[in-house]
Amino acid sequence: MKTITRLSLLVSSLIALGVGHAENIAVMGETVYTMAGEPLKAGVILISNGKIAAIGPKASINIPDGYRILKAVVVTPGLIDAHATVGLSGLLNQAQDQDMLEKSSAVQPELRALDAYNAKDPLVGWVRSYGVTTVNTGHAPAALISGQTMIVKTFGRTADEDVINPAAMTAVTLGRNGLTNTEGGPAASKSPGNRSKAVAMLRAELIKAQEYAKKRAAKDESKRPGRDLKVETLLRALTGVQPLLITANRQQDIISALRIAKEFNLKIVLDGCADAPMVLDQIKASGFSVIVHPTMQRSYEDMENLSVETAGKLHAAGIPIALQSSYEAYVPKTRVVLFEAAIAAAHGLSFEAALASITSGAATLLGIADRTGSLVPGKDADLALYDGDPFEYTSHCTGTIVGGMIFADGAH
Amino acid sequence: MPNRPLLCLAALLGVAAGVSAQEKPQVFTGAQIIPISGAPIAHGVLIVAGGKIIAVGPVDKISLPVGAEIHDVTGKVLMPGLVDSHSHIGSGSGGDGSGPIQPEARVLDSLDARDASIQKARAGGITTVNVMPGSGHLISGQTLYLKLRTARTVDDLLIKLPDGTNAGGLKMANGTNSMRGANGFPGTRAKSAALVREEYIKAQEYRDKIKRAAGDAEKLPPRDLALEEIGEVLAGQRIVQNHTHRHDDILTVLRLSQEFGFKVVLHHVSEGWKVAPEIAAAHAPCSVIMIDSPGGKLETKDADWRTPAILEQAGVLVGFHTDDPICDSRRFLRSAALAVRAGMTRPGALAAVTIANAKILGLDDRVGSLEPGKDADFIVLSADPLSVYAHIEQTWVEGTKVFDLSRPADHLYAVGGAGAGDSRRAQLCCFTSAWDLIANANNGGEQ
Repeated sequence: MKTITRLSLLVSSLIALGVGHAENIAVMGETVYTMAGEPLKAGVILISNGKIAAIGPKASINIPDGYRILKAVVVTPGLIDAHATVGLSGLLNQAQDQDMLEKSSAVQPELRALDAYNAKDPLVGWVRSYGVTTVNTGHAPAALISGQTMIVKTFGRTADEDVINPAAMTAVTLGRNGLTNTEGGPAASKSPGNRSKAVAMLRAELIKAQEYAKKRAAKDESKRPGRDLKVETLLRALTGVQPLLITANRQQDIISALRIAKEFNLKIVLDGCADAPMVLDQIKASGFSVIVHPTMQRSYEDMENLSVETAGKLHAAGIPIALQSSYEAYVPKTRVVLFEAAIAAAHGLSFEAALASITSGAATLLGIADRTGSLVPGKDADLALYDGDPFEYTSHCTGTIVGGMIFADGAH
Repeated sequence: MPNRPLLCLAALLGVAAGVSAQEKPQVFTGAQIIPISGAPIAHGVLIVAGGKIIAVGPVDKISLPVGAEIHDVTGKVLMPGLVDSHSHIGSGSGGDGSGPIQPEARVLDSLDARDASIQKARAGGITTVNVMPGSGHLISGQTLYLKLRTARTVDDLLIKLPDGTNAGGLKMANGTNSMRGANGFPGTRAKSAALVREEYIKAQEYRDKIKRAAGDAEKLPPRDLALEEIGEVLAGQRIVQNHTHRHDDILTVLRLSQEFGFKVVLHHVSEGWKVAPEIAAAHAPCSVIMIDSPGGKLETKDADWRTPAILEQAGVLVGFHTDDPICDSRRFLRSAALAVRAGMTRPGALAAVTIANAKILGLDDRVGSLEPGKDADFIVLSADPLSVYAHIEQTWVEGTKVFDLSRPADHLYAVGGAGAGDSRRAQLCCFTSAWDLIANANNGGEQ
């Protein structure tokens, strides 16, 4: 009976903490992984106005009066999930809380995550309770072009308050999972029905966007075409402003993605890449980054060849990587990047490289390294606090700080 | 006819393999041994022979048999093979879409002993497993308890009971999975329970008719596979393994179990934390699943990692399961570790993947702990079993090594990669198959 009361109390305290506000905080960590240089022993981070004001060894930092003091065994930058659908694919998995895939057409780049993101979905709070402060979330990899992703902080307020990049990437899926005739694919479309058709459709859309751009530049205003949200989105990919996030797991799909990037001179980000170990040289030569599939993702169909060692192999080859929670149709409804990185750290990726894949490395990959991903004065006060090695199964996240706002309701 | 010489050969080889694995006592020395049945031993010795455990204890207190094969496992951790109380490895099946109650359907008649999922389970240290039909029925069929011996067919995996029958349980489910609302399937929870009660009453009457016939063939009712099967449950010969999530569904299972007097294990129990005292009072063991986030369906929205700890505190016997492919068999120990993270005791969590699950399957007289006389099922780990950095290096079943991380083919199943989804290559006892030669040659460069 006691336990039941304790659990319900916990739930109410969670809600109360959700509406906190930024305060002056001093975080003291026995080990602080700044991800900008060597880890600090007995480090202190001063936080003011939601930003990191100072960081250094305890001896060098004077904690002003009135600062709230938090202590932890290990402090890391707030974790970054480089590709998720959290906030769009809700906890309940009922039609009313599943906004990660619109099935009326295979090509819908105009769909914005911003217009669907539910900052209050319990799974946003769930990933935050393990240290995640930033998520690149959006439309699921299950249509040729399913929509756009946004980069959002996990404050849990509203999409507009929490967003830091409303149009980060446009999600493209090659391979079986992007086909219309697969389970979960857009039912209203006949195409694409196979790989050749998928690539032909994608090329046709990109060519349309190129031609649209030319026509929009026409001197005679009356000859310019009307606005087209679909094409405008792809145009941002062509100009390098909003890269295509191309999910490709089979090696032939990875190669197709690279071929398309070359043809249209695109900057892309590769996603998934279960077969990456077979085409490491080609990925390396392309210079593109890879958001590697979750290490614990189930291996079937296009992901049949996935391995817990792939993240380590990509890193060893010098290819920039980040890890992700990806999309789950059933259970677990969301994965947690902390746990995915832990498995990578146990299978060939060094501790610091694994941590970088969900902090500094992910920030660089997502183009947000000026704001978050490392503990440096002037950056957002995004921190995760642990009572031991963050990757150990039996350690706990004892607090998460998002933009100076403390979320600490016990050990998670 | 052309088959015959081959069959004979296989039989001979089989016998030869059996003898070679058993004739010499094997000694594993120097590891930290976690026997589960007692306190961990810092520097231990395990002696096995004839597929059984002969002795286990500290290095300085156990005398080694003459002529034994010595395995130096200094620096490693050795513990019982893991027991998974709920899995779907081996591509098995149970009832089909024709109706909600199909106790006559057997996993036995559908299991692929060479499926890659079975080899991955060995890589995860699982040596005993309850393979279940799905949860889309009120009664979906007969489960099969298996030992993950090196196998060519399902027969090589079976656990024989003293009466010669195959060990297994009966899979039941309640809640939304079996509420399909068509084809005779229930549309509500009340209807689900009513259908189950009707079936059990029918089975009671069938049993009584047979009893009254007293062997008189004229008076015997025609054989009914479904009712015979429920009869085994009523007689306490078969444990009901019941999928259930919501707290009210859990109570329904307990109510039915009490009405008909059957032994039941509650599986998943996402809301078990809400009714821990009731579960404890009913003496129903729980097999808990640990999922990386709550939700995914309505009845698991309140799933909580603290459930095992709360049940443990209430005095409930707690096991874990993979529900593979829901959780990966290779990460089974992670379930125990996450439960410790959420407040369960370490001994309780380690028991939950070994002896508690053995009890849940009614097999604790032969597996689940390292004790003399029990089956020589054990695993060798590189580090503490609850650490993310620990690797399972060897898995042994009845004194035979069935997984070795240092073998390229086994390494592939352990970590994944091209070919890890393929069936286990043909198993012959005394020589490497052509497939293994090719696989080893292909992997040789990078392993």
